[in-house]
Amino acid sequence: MPLLEGADKACPRVIVSERSMDENRTGNWRTLRPVIDSGKCTGCLICWKLCPEACVELTEKVPRIDMDYCKGCGICVSECPARCVDFVAESAA
Amino acid sequence: MKKVLSGNHAAAVAARLARVQVAAGYPITPATQVFEALAEMRAKGEFPGEFIAAESEHSVMAALLGAATAGARTFTATSSHGLAYMHELLHWVAGARLPVVMVDVNRALAAPWNLGTDQTDSLSQRDTGWMQTYCSNNQEVLDTVLMSFKIAERVMLPSMVVLDGFTLSHSYEPVDVPKQAEVDAFLPPFRPVLRLDPDQPMSFGSLTGPKDYLRLRRRMAADLAEAEDAIEEVGREFGELFGRPYGQLDAYRCEDAETVLVTSGAVGSTARAAVDALRERGLKAGNLRLRAFRPFPARALRAFVRPGTRLAVVDRNLSPGAGGIFASEIKAALYPRSGIAVHGYVTGLGGGDISVELLQEVWERVDAARGADPAPAVWAEDAR
Repeated sequence: MPLLEGADKACPRVIVSERSMDENRTGNWRTLRPVIDSGKCTGCLICWKLCPEACVELTEKVPRIDMDYCKGCGICVSECPARCVDFVAESAA
Repeated sequence: MKKVLSGNHAAAVAARLARVQVAAGYPITPATQVFEALAEMRAKGEFPGEFIAAESEHSVMAALLGAATAGARTFTATSSHGLAYMHELLHWVAGARLPVVMVDVNRALAAPWNLGTDQTDSLSQRDTGWMQTYCSNNQEVLDTVLMSFKIAERVMLPSMVVLDGFTLSHSYEPVDVPKQAEVDAFLPPFRPVLRLDPDQPMSFGSLTGPKDYLRLRRRMAADLAEAEDAIEEVGREFGELFGRPYGQLDAYRCEDAETVLVTSGAVGSTARAAVDALRERGLKAGNLRLRAFRPFPARALRAFVRPGTRLAVVDRNLSPGAGGIFASEIKAALYPRSGIAVHGYVTGLGGGDISVELLQEVWERVDAARGADPAPAVWAEDAR
């Protein structure tokens, strides 16, 4: 059996990563996907304001959700006053 | 300059003298005064550090995790349920190798509600990777906060400075407050090798596999072993500069003692009076106070005992199903023992008095108990 012997301080105290967190696409954690009904959206921007991942983008009147980072928490689904965000299972998408 | 300070105020003064950059807090009896004092100093412009009034103890430690990662010297104080609520973040801070210093004011855990002093709160955090030092008076509280920053920043592990609820936290004693320039000469600014820096972006605490995880924990164990030496070296240096030396252990009249009281915290100073009273009656009594609990001073303890030494361990704490925690750890450290008896006494839980008389009774019982040491703890209380 391999024993860890000697040079116990050869290991660093912490391991850091210099690679950007942009590579860490947390959107693959998602099991439910928010889908905006552009016909019903009023452009109130409440979803943009409340998204904890800051992944709702304001490109046009109807916001676009960045699916690389949306974890599918559903806050936009429950907070939308126009009830225009649907929550669809990824398996069904 | 000598000042009359409570244990809590001594801790706050030490945090100011250490030039803490970020302090966070959430009130809990009997530790709240530490922040009241710091907030007052901040209002008067005497404490220039950031002060975060967080929404819970869990958030307090999370805030300090961030601040320390960014390279700030950080401080907090808590007690009992507050400390228990922090538990998850205590592991995070130690694993991230951040030298946060925290004062814990010992207080019993519910149920039932009890505000009295009891070491089970801090001892429950034994396996988090935090160093723990138990103080016996308010001077030692101030001194230990200062030394803890130096030791923590050397081995890059967090440190808990523990004092007894009310017995020390709310009792006023004369405390020698060193000058700022003297403290600055002892404790240079915190300059970590790695820190969160927008100009040099890095991710900390990312996912690791078992190969790295095992080695990182082994490194932590190696640094805690080094901390045993660091406590002695920094304690000696502190003694040279301020006239009050410290170590992992504090032995009192133990030279020829056959039966030794083993104590921690404020009970350690009561035990000196008990030893003096026993010595006056011609009995060979001594007191060994454990200042360090993590790292456990096993090497120092093995060097201290002689064949035939009888240890009367006073535990104001309980690991249900095992017994007093100091007694258990001492037995483990001395195994295999050659003729050393370890007698555990569980007493004073929930703030019960541990008087000079009670400690003499414990000592006499252990001194008279010739034969094998009892495996289960003896439960006792003060009759007075």
